[in-house]
Amino acid sequence: MITGADRIPRRITPSRLQYREALAGYLYILPNFVGFLIFTGIPVIAGLVISFTSFNGVNTLKFVGLDNYLKLFRDTNFKTALVNNLWYAFSVVPLTLAISLLLALALNRRIALAGFFKTIFFFPTLTSMVAVGCVALLLFEPNKGPINQLLKAVTGLPAESLPKWFFSSKTALGTVVATVVWKQAGYYMVMFMGGLKNIPSHLYEAAKVDGAGPVRTFFSITWPMLSPTTFMVTILLFIASFQTFDIINVTTEGGPGRATSVLVFRIYREAFRDWKMGYASAIAYFLFLIILVVTLVQWHGQRNWVNDD
Amino acid sequence: MLKRNVFLACLFIALLLVALLMVVPFVWMLSASFKSNMEIFESPIHWIPSVFRPDNYRKVWIEINFIGFFLNSLKLSSAITLAQLATCSLAAYSFSKMHFPGRDKIFVAYLATMMIPWHAIMIPQFIVVKSLGLYNSHWSLILIQAFSAFGVFMLRQNMLSIPDSLHEAARIDGCGSFRIYTSIILPLCKTGLATLTVLTFNGIWNDYMGPMLYLDSDNLKTVQLGLASFKRQYSADYGAIMAGTVCSIIPIVLVYIFAQRYIVEGVAFAGVKG
Repeated sequence: MITGADRIPRRITPSRLQYREALAGYLYILPNFVGFLIFTGIPVIAGLVISFTSFNGVNTLKFVGLDNYLKLFRDTNFKTALVNNLWYAFSVVPLTLAISLLLALALNRRIALAGFFKTIFFFPTLTSMVAVGCVALLLFEPNKGPINQLLKAVTGLPAESLPKWFFSSKTALGTVVATVVWKQAGYYMVMFMGGLKNIPSHLYEAAKVDGAGPVRTFFSITWPMLSPTTFMVTILLFIASFQTFDIINVTTEGGPGRATSVLVFRIYREAFRDWKMGYASAIAYFLFLIILVVTLVQWHGQRNWVNDD
Repeated sequence: MLKRNVFLACLFIALLLVALLMVVPFVWMLSASFKSNMEIFESPIHWIPSVFRPDNYRKVWIEINFIGFFLNSLKLSSAITLAQLATCSLAAYSFSKMHFPGRDKIFVAYLATMMIPWHAIMIPQFIVVKSLGLYNSHWSLILIQAFSAFGVFMLRQNMLSIPDSLHEAARIDGCGSFRIYTSIILPLCKTGLATLTVLTFNGIWNDYMGPMLYLDSDNLKTVQLGLASFKRQYSADYGAIMAGTVCSIIPIVLVYIFAQRYIVEGVAFAGVKG
């Protein structure tokens, strides 16, 4: 959607007016551009340089070649964080996708109080992860929290055999996943609702005339027509999954042990607790690479869908 | 027809259950914030406290300087939102309505920076901010967040729908470009500006990691940071933690009540454009 360059009138000598317009044009970009250059542009390059040094926040830059990147392969802290992050992503993404799609499909029907439901489902996404984490910690409290009290009443199990949620290395990551899915499902539901609204209603009318049932209609019309939205939501979810941090730092701090340590959590610990900024930058660039790959998949996929239209 | 109605009734009940699942944690939080630590985990749960105790709120507001956290968050959210509105709308105006060499190339470069994840550059950014002497000041957070490529992108999209003829007519009437920006473009993209306002305000209010990295002194801390460190220090003071959480959410509830339309629009935009 880039237009406009071709509308510049071609003349041999630009008039004074065009000079002035060009000058004003640059001037209006300048504040944003300079700020962006200093606080995003320079860091992108600087981060790459630092990742090849043993910088610890105070000393001068000492280049160590590929050492930091080679260390990634040996560092069990990093490897655990990567594996945890993959588990996290491959649980959060499909669960959020399925739940938000189902909610959007349900609200897309002529159902009573649809607007009210939408408001309620969306609300948790606006609250902070810190707030959600504080409440979740108490709700999932293993000994006397309301969730285990309910479980105890329903199953009759003794207190010791009830799940310890955030406090056991077996269940901690799963509890984080459940909390995050609960919080963000409404956000992606709204995206799906936007996608559903864009499906032309004459397709459904035609399906009805042809006598297609609801299942057939879903798989022949809704699902294929919704695929650009589904694809976009999947990509956004993956990118967000590799950047998760707040909920971990508030509830489990990576624990118990290393059970919920994820990539950004490792970067934070290495850089801002142990001040190993060189090594932390290597992890950060590894994260960058993951997100870059996901984004390239997105661009490629988007182009294909544009061609399909 | 009967089958269809039964199906819709079941669907309605299912939605009601999901709504309950979404609301109950908030109700529990509100109820717990008025209880003593003994009462919070009582079984069965008393959803409406037998006695409303304001002690937790008193503790949060008076003993632990929540008012200071609140004012800091308000200051940062407002300053960053205003700065983004100003810098992004100017740049978006330039990218959508002005003509100059290299315009579209610069814009593509802007788009490319949108995919850089903040977490990947937070270390060098921290070094830049620190070397400017801005560590442990609000300026650090204001400056790193005042310039947003997403804001430029969104407002540009909004301004492209304003017909060029308006812009050209004003120009022929001798109107300068800055005047066109303030008296024609800005009033016509109110929706976009409102959407950017609520999204930015909400995002900055909820930001936790930024303030955690850049703010050290207690008197500079924001609501999220204050709440998290309070939770850590007084981990057994459940009622007060819930009271603090309730207070941290109130501004978001207000924004949601008054600007739900813009928030939903912003999310839908993000879904289409990434």
